[in-house]
Amino acid sequence: MKIIKFLIEKEFKQMFRNPLIPRMIVMYPIMVLLVFPWAVSFEVKNIKIDVVDHGKSVYSKRLIDKMAASKYFILHDTPPDYKSAMFNMENGDTDMIVEIPATFDKDIVKDKNSKVRVAVNSVNGTQGLLGSNYIMQIVNDFSSELRAELINTLPPQQRASLMSIPQVDIIPKYKYNPGLDYKNFMIPGFMVLLLTLICGILPALNIVMEKESGTINQINVTPVNRIAFILAKLIPFWIVGLVVMIISVFTAYLLYGLWPTGSILAVLISAVVFILSISGFGLIISNYSETLQQASFLVMFFILILILLGGMFTPVSGMPSWAQLIAAINPFSYLTETLRMIYLNGSTLADVSGKLLAMALIALFLNGWAVLSYKKRG
Amino acid sequence: MIEVKNLYKSYGRADNIIALKGVSFTVNDGEIFGVIGPDGAGKTSLFRILASLILPDSGSAIMNGHDVVKDYKTIRQIIGYMPGRFSLYQDLSVEENLKFFATLFGTTIEENYHLIKDIYRQIEPFKNRRAGALSGGMKQKLALSCALIHKPEILILDEPTTGVDPVSRKEFWDMLARLKEQGLIILVSTAYMDEAGRCDRIALIKEGEFIATDTPQGIIDNYSGVLWAVQGSRMSVILHELRAHHLIKSSFAFGDKIHITVDEGLQAEELKQYLINKNFEDVNVFPIEPTVEDCFMALTN
Repeated sequence: MKIIKFLIEKEFKQMFRNPLIPRMIVMYPIMVLLVFPWAVSFEVKNIKIDVVDHGKSVYSKRLIDKMAASKYFILHDTPPDYKSAMFNMENGDTDMIVEIPATFDKDIVKDKNSKVRVAVNSVNGTQGLLGSNYIMQIVNDFSSELRAELINTLPPQQRASLMSIPQVDIIPKYKYNPGLDYKNFMIPGFMVLLLTLICGILPALNIVMEKESGTINQINVTPVNRIAFILAKLIPFWIVGLVVMIISVFTAYLLYGLWPTGSILAVLISAVVFILSISGFGLIISNYSETLQQASFLVMFFILILILLGGMFTPVSGMPSWAQLIAAINPFSYLTETLRMIYLNGSTLADVSGKLLAMALIALFLNGWAVLSYKKRG
Repeated sequence: MIEVKNLYKSYGRADNIIALKGVSFTVNDGEIFGVIGPDGAGKTSLFRILASLILPDSGSAIMNGHDVVKDYKTIRQIIGYMPGRFSLYQDLSVEENLKFFATLFGTTIEENYHLIKDIYRQIEPFKNRRAGALSGGMKQKLALSCALIHKPEILILDEPTTGVDPVSRKEFWDMLARLKEQGLIILVSTAYMDEAGRCDRIALIKEGEFIATDTPQGIIDNYSGVLWAVQGSRMSVILHELRAHHLIKSSFAFGDKIHITVDEGLQAEELKQYLINKNFEDVNVFPIEPTVEDCFMALTN
């Protein structure tokens, strides 16, 4: 026990004598949470749009104004014909073309029906899909507006026939994230990302650094047993991880007013269980690597897999079944889901206990492996 | 007492790099035993096996009655190991390093201070300095202190004087002599042949094999050839000339001289005249006592 305490003391001394690491532990969460939630977002905004208005009429003008007023679109140009609009798209100057027919006004007044043509650059699939959805919403809105106005201009008997057409309005109620704020969804993910980077990479480089500097030889000829040695390596990262998590939680609150709707205790407990597993994983890599270069390459490779298949950016349910299998043993996906549940859905410790148990089992497995793979002699 | 029998060790995927080819020797209590040989001869592999850091492929090593493979836990208590490269924590201070290793062995600096006093006193003024900022000689003293702090019975020092200046090297050997008086068995390796004289017995190692094991004087006494030194002003040209002479068996540059071994039939005066005739006027040829290095050269040729 005394030896573990002394080993841990040594790890902390080394950590705090490194000019970079203590600063990184504090600044990293703040910087990541300050910058990334704004940049990494699937919200599609500022789609550049070209409108080819063949009618140049009152109604078409109103439709164009409505599109330009939307926060999703920027009116890039109003070229005279479809061909020049297409030219703009091919040059990458515009993302979407809306073509309004010459008979737009006439059709609306006479037939109560008209069509606009929409062409979307869907190289970026999400932008293409969402962009055309937004346009459809705007056009639908516009037609409801017109409909309400036109009804009043009609003779009573026709008005009645129009009124009798049943109309269904869908009014979505956005649960858990009422403002549809993408940041609220992403921030818990960024917290997991931070823990993965700090508590995954630092342990992965730790033992291999002792190998490179040769100090491992001196440790290996001492009677220290390997459980004590590995524990003394892990515990500092558990503490560092918890500090990073606490800083992240407060940073998210101060910057975005985001506070878990569920239990804060549950947030910290799940973070700790996750840190146990990811730091064990880092040490395994360190045990199997001979050089820092090997270790950094390996840890980057695996962390990339954990993150991309972890459901932070794309939902696990949409992945192929092999990827879902990986997610089932990926602590990253467990914590991402757990934190989102606690932050957004208001889940309690009991609600996430199943996921915590799964993470705990993964942690037990990885740390056991870390102890066994550390060999005091080759 | 150390008893090593038939140690084999090879590396590589197909075990194609053979580091030790059946090494056997014994070291008696209170002896300084030197393993002397060039880089890559297998010294470090041998010492790492004895320090229980790697396993031998076959063979056995018993140190003070404990097997290095089976009783490795006891071995780690009774040996003090100093690897060839400075392997203490560079970002910890001198005192922190010493305290760290004392604690890992379940002891304290105070308890065993008398063992390291002579050595540690010299670096104590710098005890708050980071180990990485010490000079080469001071690092050596710190490493030796750390290897001694748990009162080992056997010291295993892998090339402790490599990269250390001549004054510090001499000091270091003086320290080893004093430790020997306290009854420690000291196993030390070096690539410097001139350090052989400081050992009680030495083993010459080449390509994983001990080619001779004896006292330094015994090794020299066993030297059978006729050894002369040649001195002159244009050394490299002389060396070239000597190598072409059919009665000269070997010739090596040795500092400011050339050491040559010759056939019984040749006389020194005769060779001198031969060289003078070849326009090396200031040349001088005289018989000399062999050194360990001459013996090593003779044994490996």
